Amino acid sequence: MITFNEAAYSYGGGELLADMSFRLLPGSFHFLTGPSGSGKTTLLKLCYGALLPTAGSVAVFDNDTRLLDRDAIAKTRQRIGVVHQDCQFLDHLTLAENVALPLSVSGRNMAEELANVADLVSWVGLSGQQFSRPPALSGGERQRAALARALILSPDVILADEPTGNVDWEMSLRLLRLLVELNKMGKTIVIATHDLNLIRTVKSQVPTRVLRIAKRRVQLAGADL
Amino acid sequence: MTPRLGLVLGALRADQQADRVVPPSGFTAQLTSFTAGAMAFLAVFALALSLASGRLAERWEATLKDTATIRISASDDQIAVQTAAVLAVLETTPGIASARALSMDEQRALLAPWFGPDLPLDALPLPQLIELTETPLGDLDTEGLRLRLAAEAPGAVLDDHTRWREPLVRAADRLRLLGLASIVLILGAMAAMITLATQAALAANAQVIEVLRLVGAQDGYIARAFVRRFSLRALIGAAAGTSLGLLAVTLLPGVEPAGAFLTGLGFQGVTWLWPLMIPPLSAVVAFGATRAATLHALGRLS
Repeated sequence: MITFNEAAYSYGGGELLADMSFRLLPGSFHFLTGPSGSGKTTLLKLCYGALLPTAGSVAVFDNDTRLLDRDAIAKTRQRIGVVHQDCQFLDHLTLAENVALPLSVSGRNMAEELANVADLVSWVGLSGQQFSRPPALSGGERQRAALARALILSPDVILADEPTGNVDWEMSLRLLRLLVELNKMGKTIVIATHDLNLIRTVKSQVPTRVLRIAKRRVQLAGADL
Repeated sequence: MTPRLGLVLGALRADQQADRVVPPSGFTAQLTSFTAGAMAFLAVFALALSLASGRLAERWEATLKDTATIRISASDDQIAVQTAAVLAVLETTPGIASARALSMDEQRALLAPWFGPDLPLDALPLPQLIELTETPLGDLDTEGLRLRLAAEAPGAVLDDHTRWREPLVRAADRLRLLGLASIVLILGAMAAMITLATQAALAANAQVIEVLRLVGAQDGYIARAFVRRFSLRALIGAAAGTSLGLLAVTLLPGVEPAGAFLTGLGFQGVTWLWPLMIPPLSAVVAFGATRAATLHALGRLS
């Protein structure tokens, strides 16, 4: 699904990530860990083509991202749901409109999809907030709204960057339950986090792999987690 | 349908959601509409100038093209003899449809604007004027006629109006081109202003573009949101500016029968339809400028 082949990423003369070779298989559940600034967000961006490797290659759905033009990368991104820590939204649109945004950009008929939007908003527990503007939502509500937006096109892969960074433990568990449920539906999940408790909680529910970034390289973490 | 046409039609197609992804921005909206309106107002006058110059050139060309004047300067006892000789020459000259000597009253009328109606022509040594009209074929040999007149009537001078008509027609033609060039410059200036407004809007909406890219928006989708908005603003602004320009042209003094240039600065007949092209043309210019600026900026942001 996503294959790193000796990929590296350099910026401003310094190498942030080096010699990464691994595969994210369909239906797998991965955690990406490492200290702050280790390159977790950069690695996720390489996964969805927001950044291109400066050496080696990253293939997404068997397409080398370096060979894709902007529109092709955008098309590829429609198959990948991304949840950012800061949940970027368009603040002048309602929550439901933000969730429906990927439908609009992919040219789907909005009138036919309204029920799906409402179902998804309800599934993430925000049915009472669908006409609220993002600035009026709490941190947890924004995270769940971002998850709903990432899922609206039924993507094959979901990448979440510190999805529980701004929420309490109870909300973290709730978000994790949603992601585990999606994984059981066959979605490939990658969560970047430095919260080991979170990883242990999920490991008890579904098979997971933990990728740890250390010294600019990605390693498969052991069972000590 | 060609891909390029599909691209243009796609950019013009109304997409409520796509239109709403960019938040309304009052300042750039007003700036674009005002610019388009002001430019359209000026374009109406440039067009009026160009059309009036064209009419003037055509009138001078048409009125004087087939006519010539023979001026006979001679002593009192010779003038009648030479006039008769000239008329006789003209009767046998190919390419002349008609020729006649102007009466004293007609000559007095010609001089009246300069000397007043009570001019005592008898007291002045005025030449005799003969007006001649060429045949539509235009096969008059003016050089041959000059030579014959020199032989038959030494005091006769042929003036086929070329000497002063051609510079006037040339000047009017250049004025017409100047008017058209002004329209091109006005549209170019409008494109430049709209490009700047678009860039300002893109810079102000960098966060919006980032979010759109995150959810998989292609460049065409992002561009469409800006292009439709700016094209519509330009269309509305230019429509208002054109309306005001037409109103101002209507309020100019009417065209006099003599066709003086300044009083003829306006539209006549079907030419009133020409200014109606300005708003759609402005929208097309805005479309091109915004699309180019947006795609260029998106390429730079990637």
